Parts: sequence; structure tokens; C-alpha cells
Amino acid sequence: MRTTIPIGPYHPLLEEPELFRVVVEGERIVDIDWRTSWNHRGIEKIAESKTYEQALFLVERICGICSTSHPIAFCNAVEDLADIEIPDRAKYIRTIVAELERIHSHLLWLGLAGHYIGYHTVWMWAWRYREPICELFEIISGNRQSYAMMKIGGVRQDIKEETIPIIMKTINELEPKIHMFADAILDDPVMLARLRNVGKLSKEDAINWCTVGPVARSAGVDIDIRRDYPYASYDRVEWKVITQVDGDVLAVAVVRLLEILESIKIIRQCLEKMPPGPLQVEVPEIPVGEGIGVEEAPRGECFHYVQSDGTNCPYRLKIRAPSYVNIPCFRSRFIGERISDILLILASVDPCYCCTNRTIKIDNGKVKSTMTDKDLLELSWKETEQLREHYKGYPGGGLLE
Amino acid sequence: MVELTPIKKIKENFPDKIEETWQKSSRRTYVTVKKDAVKDIVSYLMKNLGARFIIITALDTRKGIEMLYHFSFDQRGCILSIRTFVPMPLPEIESIAQIISGAEYIEREIHDLLGVNFKNHPNLKRFILADDWPEGLYPLRREHKCQFPYRTVEEQNLFRQEILKKEEQ
Amino acid sequence: MSDNHKLTDMSRWGLKKSPWAFHLSTGSCNNCDIELLDALTPRFDVERFGILLVGSPRHADILFVTGIVTVQALPRLIHVYNQIAKPCLVIALGTCACTGGIFDGSYHQIGPVDKIIPVDVYIPGCPPKPEAIISGVVKALAKI
Ligand code: SF4
Repeated sequence: MRTTIPIGPYHPLLEEPELFRVVVEGERIVDIDWRTSWNHRGIEKIAESKTYEQALFLVERICGICSTSHPIAFCNAVEDLADIEIPDRAKYIRTIVAELERIHSHLLWLGLAGHYIGYHTVWMWAWRYREPICELFEIISGNRQSYAMMKIGGVRQDIKEETIPIIMKTINELEPKIHMFADAILDDPVMLARLRNVGKLSKEDAINWCTVGPVARSAGVDIDIRRDYPYASYDRVEWKVITQVDGDVLAVAVVRLLEILESIKIIRQCLEKMPPGPLQVEVPEIPVGEGIGVEEAPRGECFHYVQSDGTNCPYRLKIRAPSYVNIPCFRSRFIGERISDILLILASVDPCYCCTNRTIKIDNGKVKSTMTDKDLLELSWKETEQLREHYKGYPGGGLLE
Repeated sequence: MVELTPIKKIKENFPDKIEETWQKSSRRTYVTVKKDAVKDIVSYLMKNLGARFIIITALDTRKGIEMLYHFSFDQRGCILSIRTFVPMPLPEIESIAQIISGAEYIEREIHDLLGVNFKNHPNLKRFILADDWPEGLYPLRREHKCQFPYRTVEEQNLFRQEILKKEEQ
Repeated sequence: MSDNHKLTDMSRWGLKKSPWAFHLSTGSCNNCDIELLDALTPRFDVERFGILLVGSPRHADILFVTGIVTVQALPRLIHVYNQIAKPCLVIALGTCACTGGIFDGSYHQIGPVDKIIPVDVYIPGCPPKPEAIISGVVKALAKI
């Protein structure tokens, strides 16, 4: 017998309104459909009545978490359209801001993922370590979110000499914490049992559903816009693209965690190499034509297409956010999985409907016999040991060497 | 500028379907093709040349609805955009959702916003506009003002009352 | 207060202590939503005052609304508002919810919030900082 379960539009665990209609047979999922509209604000139409400078603030507000990825992609598009080359210092500043954002976004995701599987310690920790990054943004740009740092032809604000040691100190302090997280998550047999082999995405499906970013990389598709279409200063620093092969939720988590470490490496190099110089160039009249800008946001490739008819407003602005292509791959990930895994797989894509809601979890389990604290602890140890035995020699263990 | 291999290959395989090619820079190329060839070219790009499909851009111009299919060749680092024009007033084009599963939702969105009809689409239902959005009104067309159709205060009140009534039932 | 209920001393006392909040996003960019959640996590930790986000509007005393109220979200907003036990406080969070902000004039907008339901406190800012949110809640409680 088939049953349709609606998840959403206002579901306690989905933060932004979305509707997933899940068709199940018993416990197994056989089909899923996706409907959105609750958040549709008509940005592409509004952009046509704004000037390029104003549109920059508009695209910043497409998504709160990627609030520097969209402006960079938009700037890339306009700079491609008008053949503008930005100064070196601006390139480095763009890189630093984008990487700081990646750290903050990945930490935010980590926290939410912990929240989804009921591991609230991870949630609270991750959000606590995210806080210094928000503070850094406040020091650099004056605002915790929506930094308004980007500008066509450069950046709006400088990273001052006296700020550099503060950034260094913050990321130096953050690094051991990330290692601790990685150990805590990748070494925990309970987590492994929960995350492994859940929501598998094969490489063919990843390509066919046009996935991008960490989701594609976790399934073995080796794409990264920062390397393939170098913008800002990514071609001048050393870093590597993280890929995994399994395509399950664990692989996504591993990709994200290791990317934070890469980001820290990039920021460190940029701070050392950043040359002095001007922050922006004079922007000429925007000519008639079209331009394409791509950027690697924390969730994948951001794509902006701008067409100009010679006026000071874009004639057409097309925006493709990464989640827009990452969400439909649920169709292939969900089928055959169990209902209890739905939210976990949803979380693994980090579908950018972020973090707003919380629930009180009411467990239906009736207490059969009362256990004391000690009994419970012993039970938990015993189970952990059993699981550890079961998952001995799993391949993720040596990742951090 | 050297002509890129993928473009050469398309030219060889579909000689009479290409109307124009324009290489803006070494990383961006635009190819204008005939409307009926889009599906074949897309499937050729995906299956034989290993391109990654990015998105379809549709926009309302004087020549009809302009559709741009963007593809990325990640190893070379170049973006190829296939351009075609769909004549108004009843725009219709072959769907590519059977070739690329990821295109299904993208086509549904374009159907909502610009009223392009995709032939042989598996599930062309409303996707991004509200349930009570009036039929036959396409916000991204040029003639549509950047406003919700019920704009005066009375109209809005009426609209709200209707929804309230629905709620109470 | 947003409704015509006459407050008894009892309900005033009940509302003031440990207010539970429900959060509704009606077309936001989710920055406001993150900042609201941020106020709950260890740095600001409003949970120590008993402020809690709940999963059902029926349990809530405060309704946080973010976003411009899109046409699609309008029936849900009214539905949620009807479900909340009255008296309740409604807080419009962020410039979007207060006036429409940068999205004002969009074809999919029917808000701002105060056109649809009565609002007690407006917290402007794009996004408002957690400090501003906390101060907004304090102002709302002072109104009781
Ligand atoms: S007020 Fe600003 S930050 Fe808040 S939802 Fe609106 S655009 Fe986003």
C-alpha cells in the first residue's frame, strides 16, 4: 500500500518553507516530489529595475549564508561583460572574505547536522566556534552577516593592518577545534553507524542530476570552480580539492570538515601574500553585451548571467544558486531509504533553508523498567564497544594524517 | 583565439543547424542554433563530449523568447552557451528532461515564469509561483509590471478576505 | 497588545515569565532566521531566561515573523496566527517584515506583516544583531 507523507511547508525541522511529498510503501520511500514558492521573492524581476550598484545589495540578500558568494558571482559576471580587471589587493581580500564565509557556513551546517541526528553537543559547539568568525566579519566590515564588501571593479573596504593579527589569531585558535570535531565525528562508532551508507549517490546520478559543490565532490565528481575557473586569487595560493568516493552522508560530512582546514590554509597564505595597492578600479560604462560569472559558494557553484542593453540597469539577470540543482538529486538518493533517514539526507545537502527553528523532541518510548544512571552508562559503553568492533578498520580513520 | 574542440565537433556534426558562433573570450562561447536541433545538440554535448549542464536562461526579447542552455567543460574551464529563439505568442520547445534529469525543475520554473510550453515534459506542474496566482499571467514577460496583480488596496483586501474565508472552511 | 482581550493579572503574569516563541519565515533571505537562532546558542543564550523556540504555534506566546509575506505564504501566516493561543505577542523581525525592505514592490509580495496581522514590536535591521533581537523581546515584554 502506498501512502503520501507531506513534509513541510512549515515543518519543525525544515527551517525555511519547502514542501516534499514523500510516497512510501511501508517504511521504504518509493518516490518524492519537491515544491517551492513560499520564499519566492521575484528577485530576477526586481533586479531589472535596479542599477548595477543597487543590484549588488539585492543579490547579497538572495541567501543570508552565501551573502558574499552571490555578490562575487555577480561582480564576476559584470566584470566579464565589461572586461574589467580588478586590482591585486582586491583579489586577495575577496578570497579571504569568501573563505571566512566558507568556514562559517560549514560550521553552521555541521551544527545543524548534529541537531538533526539529535547530537546536540555538536550543534552547540559548532555554533559557538562559528561566533568568532561572525565577530571577525564585524571587525572587517561592520556587520555580522551581509557584509557588503564586494563592489564591481574591486572591494568596498580594506582589511587593515591591525586587523590581520586578529584574523590570524582567530583562525589559529579555530584549527585545533576543527581537528577535535573531525576526531569526535569520524571516530565515533555511533555516528558512523548512523551516517554510513545512508542516502548513497552514485557518480552517474551526480552527473545526471547536475549536482555541484560538496555533494558532487563527495560522490567522486572532481569539480571545483575555484580551480577550474580561477577567480580572485585562488590560482596564487596552494590548496587542494577534497573529493570522496562513497557519496553517502558520511562522505559529505568528511568533505565539508576537510574543506574547513583547506580554507584555513588559504586564508593564512593570503594574509601573508597580500600586496599593498588600490582597492578598486574605475568602472567604465557598462557596454551592450552579456556576461557570465561563476563562483564556488560553500554549497557549490553559483552562476550569474547578466545581459545588458547599454543602460545602467541589467536587462536580464539570471541567478542559479547551488541548492537549486542539489536538491533534485534527492529523487535518486531517497528511493529505497527509510523514512527516518529523510531529514538526515536533506541535511546532508545543506539545502540553504537554514537554521531557524527548533523542536522539543518527545519520544514515545514507554519506560519499561527504571534504570539508574550507572546502568545506562554501562549500557552505552557496552554498545559503543560493540559498534567499534563492528566498524573496525573503516577507511575514514586515517584521513587526518 | 584558438577555436575550442567542442565547438569544432558541434560544427562538424550539425553543419546545417548552426546559425552563428561567437567566441567572447577563451572561456566563454555562444552558439546560436535552430530551435528544432536543441535536443540533439544537448544530448550530443552530454553523452559524447562529457559536458556538465548548468542551467537554462530564458528571457523575453523582441525576437521571441530567447533560451540559453549553459554548459560547462570543467576540465578545460570554459562555458558554452547554446542560444535559440522560441517565437511568440505561443512559445513551445522540446523538453530536455529525458536526457538530463536535473533539467526537469528548471523547465518547470521557466514554464511558470515565462509561459514556455515544453513538449514531452514528464510533469509540467506549477512549481515556483503561488497556488492562487492567476493563470496565464507570466511575471518575467516584458509586458508584466513588477507588481502583484492585485495592487490597489481594495483588491488586496478582497484577496485577503477570500483567503480568510477559505481558511475558515 | 495586538488583540482586544482584556488582560487579567493572571494572564499578564503568565505571559511575562519564560515566553516561548514560534518562528515563521514568510519569504526571507534566512539571515534574520539565523540571527534569531544565534541568540539561542551559547554566545547569547537566551534560553537561560526561559525563552525557547517551540515546534508548534499552539505552545507559543511570541510569534516571530520574518520575510516579506509572499502570496503563497499568506494563508499559512493567517493560519498560524489563528492557532496561537491569545493573548500573544507578534514581533516583525528584520526590515523585510517591517516594510518590505529591498524586496518591496515584488510581484510575489503581499505584505508587509502589519497589513495582515497586528504587530506589537518591530525590529529593524538587515539582519538585526542578536543584541537587537534580545532588546526587542525585552521591549515586547515590557508592553504587557
Ligand atoms: S531583513 Fe534583510 S536579513 Fe532579514 S530576511 Fe530581509 S533581507 Fe534578509
